[in-house]
Amino acid sequence: MNTQTALSIEDLSFSYSGKKALDQISFTINAGECTILLGPNGAGKSTLFSLITRLYDTHAGRIALCGFDIQKDTRHALAKLGVVFQQTTLDMDLSVEQNLRYHTALHGLSKKVAQQRIQQELERLNMYDRRFEKIRQLNGGHRRRVEIARALLHKPALLLLDEPTVGLDVPSRLAIVEYVHQLAKEENLAVLWASHLIDEIYPDDHLIVLHKGQIKAKGTVDAVLESTQTTAIKDAFYNLTQGEQA
Amino acid sequence: MNLMHYWRAMWGIIGRELWRFITQRERFISALVRPLVWLFVFAAGFRAALGLAITPPYETYILYEVYITPGLIGMIQLFNGMQSSLSMVYDREMGSMRILMVCPLPRWFLLLSKLLAGTGVSIIQVYVFLIIAWFYDIQAPLQGYIWILPTLVLSGLMLGALGLLLSTFIKQLENFAGVMNFVIFPLFFMSTALYPLWKMKESSVLLSKLAEYNPFSQAVEMIRFALYGQFDQHAFLYTLGAFSLFMAAAILGYNPSKGIMVKKGGPN
Repeated sequence: MNTQTALSIEDLSFSYSGKKALDQISFTINAGECTILLGPNGAGKSTLFSLITRLYDTHAGRIALCGFDIQKDTRHALAKLGVVFQQTTLDMDLSVEQNLRYHTALHGLSKKVAQQRIQQELERLNMYDRRFEKIRQLNGGHRRRVEIARALLHKPALLLLDEPTVGLDVPSRLAIVEYVHQLAKEENLAVLWASHLIDEIYPDDHLIVLHKGQIKAKGTVDAVLESTQTTAIKDAFYNLTQGEQA
Repeated sequence: MNLMHYWRAMWGIIGRELWRFITQRERFISALVRPLVWLFVFAAGFRAALGLAITPPYETYILYEVYITPGLIGMIQLFNGMQSSLSMVYDREMGSMRILMVCPLPRWFLLLSKLLAGTGVSIIQVYVFLIIAWFYDIQAPLQGYIWILPTLVLSGLMLGALGLLLSTFIKQLENFAGVMNFVIFPLFFMSTALYPLWKMKESSVLLSKLAEYNPFSQAVEMIRFALYGQFDQHAFLYTLGAFSLFMAAAILGYNPSKGIMVKKGGPN
């Protein structure tokens, strides 16, 4: 196993009551790579995320985070993972800092380390001055920023984002897209970003196109364009999913 | 992954629950008003209708209000346990349960910490209720107030585990009303909280049998005896057994391969 491999998925399949949601998918994500998972509704993106976060058990295939098998070495694997779920998972009646402190406690960080990390992550997002505000008082974009800060507090190797920009206005959306790409580069963080918004993809990103539980294409943006003989991701996606909306 | 990690995570979960409780003043007040209404209104009115013989742990004739007090303590914990279960369903619907479930600690430990947090909240409510009851002349021996603490922990855990187990069956918050009708009311009314077993037997043998096997009755009896400095071993073991059973089933319910997450038809 390459030590730089943050996420490795091998022959992963999953079914709900006989219906295949994922069908033998395999891919890897290395440190510093930003991988965009594109797929129409029902493609299997949420199922994949539930399996990586071990909300479901893996029945067929293997998932490993930094070499730790999610099934056999769950706790070591989960310690390497930072997640931003599609739905907001912050406690509305607690302050920004209280929400972050709860997370650091769950990850066993000492008070001192927790304080340092909270300050560091919030400052990077220009949110440190607002740490005593209740989440309820923040707008959607700022709530998302807090969730990204939270996901990074325990220094994960892989950041998982499940359509984090849904419902945000354009400036907030662009700021988050830019920030996450910057993180991948500067922090050598592996990122798996589920999205259906093609303009969130940067030219040097990696792409995985998922459709009906199968990977239709994977590789760099250029490689995917070449394999589909298209010049725009939108067209490539259209070809690969036979015209379904992302 | 050391012991400090467990310790910090447990206090993180308990601290969050206590903070939420302190800041939700309405929840605190409504949790207190319910048993107080039963004490001041129901018990006062019912006093004349029910004659109580001298039965252990009581050594003299007692007022009905005195008899009903341990039952109302149980009621506080019962409602609190169900409230915790409601918040679990809410957390699951809102997604914050996921944050707990993806943290790198065993699930049984996370669920147990949640239960301890809920139990801590219920114990605060119970002591505030007992202080008010004290001024209403319902006074147990002073040491009784210390003796009940461990029993409150066990009964709180047992009722919390029942709530946790129920939360694995409830998919949506709306279904929670059913819990009121099918769990809270039967548990409470078919128990020794309001009337002693011997009195119940006079009117219905079946009802008295149901009450005898009801774990809520046993928890109430355990508290009743502890409040008078006595240890009811049978009630203690019964409550402990019920807790173990409910907890094991709840852990199974939250297991990623066997539990609710898969049975309820996949991710949202």
